Amino acid sequence: MSASDEVWILGIKMTKFGKHTDLDTVDLAAEAATGALADAGVTMADIGVLAAGNLMNASAGIGQQLQKQIGQTGIPVYNVANACATGATALRTAIMAVKAGEVDYGLAVGVEKLAGAGLLGGGGTKKKDADTWTPAGRYGAVAPVDGRIGTETMPGVFAQIGMEYGHKYGGTSFELFAKISEKNHAHSTLNPLASYQKRFTLEQIMNDVMIAYPNTRPMCSANCDGAAAAVVCNGETLKSLSLEQQRRAVKVSASVLTTDPYEEGCQVLPNVNTLTRKAAAIAYEQAGVGPNDLDLVELHDCFATAELVHYDNLMLCDEGGAADFFNSGATWRDGKTPVNVSGGLESKGHPIAATGIANIWEVCHHLRGEAGDRQIANAKVGLAHVIGLGSACGVHILEKSTA
Amino acid sequence: MTGRIPLVDYLVLDDDQPHLVAQECTNCSARFFDRRNACANCFTAEFQAVPIATEGTVRAFTIVAFAAPGVPTPFVAAVVDCGGTQVRANLINVEPDAEHVHDGMKVRLATQSIGLDSEGTEAIGFGFEPAS
Repeated sequence: MSASDEVWILGIKMTKFGKHTDLDTVDLAAEAATGALADAGVTMADIGVLAAGNLMNASAGIGQQLQKQIGQTGIPVYNVANACATGATALRTAIMAVKAGEVDYGLAVGVEKLAGAGLLGGGGTKKKDADTWTPAGRYGAVAPVDGRIGTETMPGVFAQIGMEYGHKYGGTSFELFAKISEKNHAHSTLNPLASYQKRFTLEQIMNDVMIAYPNTRPMCSANCDGAAAAVVCNGETLKSLSLEQQRRAVKVSASVLTTDPYEEGCQVLPNVNTLTRKAAAIAYEQAGVGPNDLDLVELHDCFATAELVHYDNLMLCDEGGAADFFNSGATWRDGKTPVNVSGGLESKGHPIAATGIANIWEVCHHLRGEAGDRQIANAKVGLAHVIGLGSACGVHILEKSTA
Repeated sequence: MTGRIPLVDYLVLDDDQPHLVAQECTNCSARFFDRRNACANCFTAEFQAVPIATEGTVRAFTIVAFAAPGVPTPFVAAVVDCGGTQVRANLINVEPDAEHVHDGMKVRLATQSIGLDSEGTEAIGFGFEPAS
């Protein structure tokens, strides 16, 4: 591979995740974008393409709104929306433009205001039954089906995804899923940018408010505000920059986006396994690394039940062996393959469109050796994964610079 | 007008034998419950209606305690394997707790009233209940 084919993250920034009462969506996006530009040592004048995502207001043109506040240079903006994979999709869009040779530098931004949003998936207002039963929609339904034919809420959908793993392979239990949450909350105590930095005991987690069995409240991703942004460039461009920029740059060894291929039952219960496994396989091939080479993994633990299945999907363990893998302690920060040392979505938080860049920020932070108290020693290779239901999966493999 | 109407059009309310029907791809036999444009698996645009087995096993479930406004809780949402076809449904006529609902339990299709509309028509929904 020639240097011009390589893609590097030159600068990256994640805002504090949490409740930002005084900052609007554009403020948060601007903080992340200007932070990433400063980290990269470039300005808006250098950027050739902007890809931006804000899922909750996907039609509002967050990219152009952001430009109005930080620099209107006339470059193309791609406003993207891909559920919880929106941030990864924005980054992937910028990477494709760089890789195609159309631009030297690309900027990707993801932002969300989600503090206090409550339950996602089922809708926030009561759906009323009609005055007369009239079939409508692709199922000819005469009344709302959420709660009558299964559930449309995210905690319930992902609960079933975890339970299905147990059905196929065994070894799962309420306690096992709660222990995964215990790990991530414990990890979060070292992350000052996490929404919640509180350790919970297993008993506290299991006895907390049940949302959708087996997911209790601390086992669900935390709705919060936040943004993340990254500046990417190609290898030729990087070579023209300072040694300091080259040293801190992080190599994007693989950048993959997939959707869910057809499989029996996938339109009944979303299948988050097929597309993650496919993305991971392509990413390992692209990067020329395997799961055993990973020093840390940030994966999409939107619910504790989801984290388990992705150990398997990302091939961190043998097929069917996710429960044993977790029980071995492998995914704690001192284990063989530390997973979600940031605290994950359950405690760091999940401002939807920011998540797919924030997890890459976390990995970059470690690869640069700048992660402070939670630094994974000598981290050289890391993987970041997100799933957007519907579905889309982003997997990025990142490597420390040898400069 | 009074009478009965199914909650969804893939529920067939034959008097003695209520059952679900799927749209089966005539080429690859993939099954779907919604109105189709083409097969997601092989892109064929021809389908035939096929009845779904009324007994099955629970493949995945959750007990929803916290739902959208207006949705009564708790309820059990599940995926039921009906002779190899996955069906999304509630588990009904069972206590909605982890002592009474378990992975792999045998269940059978059952119908229940959703209520009457202003013209007196009764909507009929479905779920799966313990088979033994």
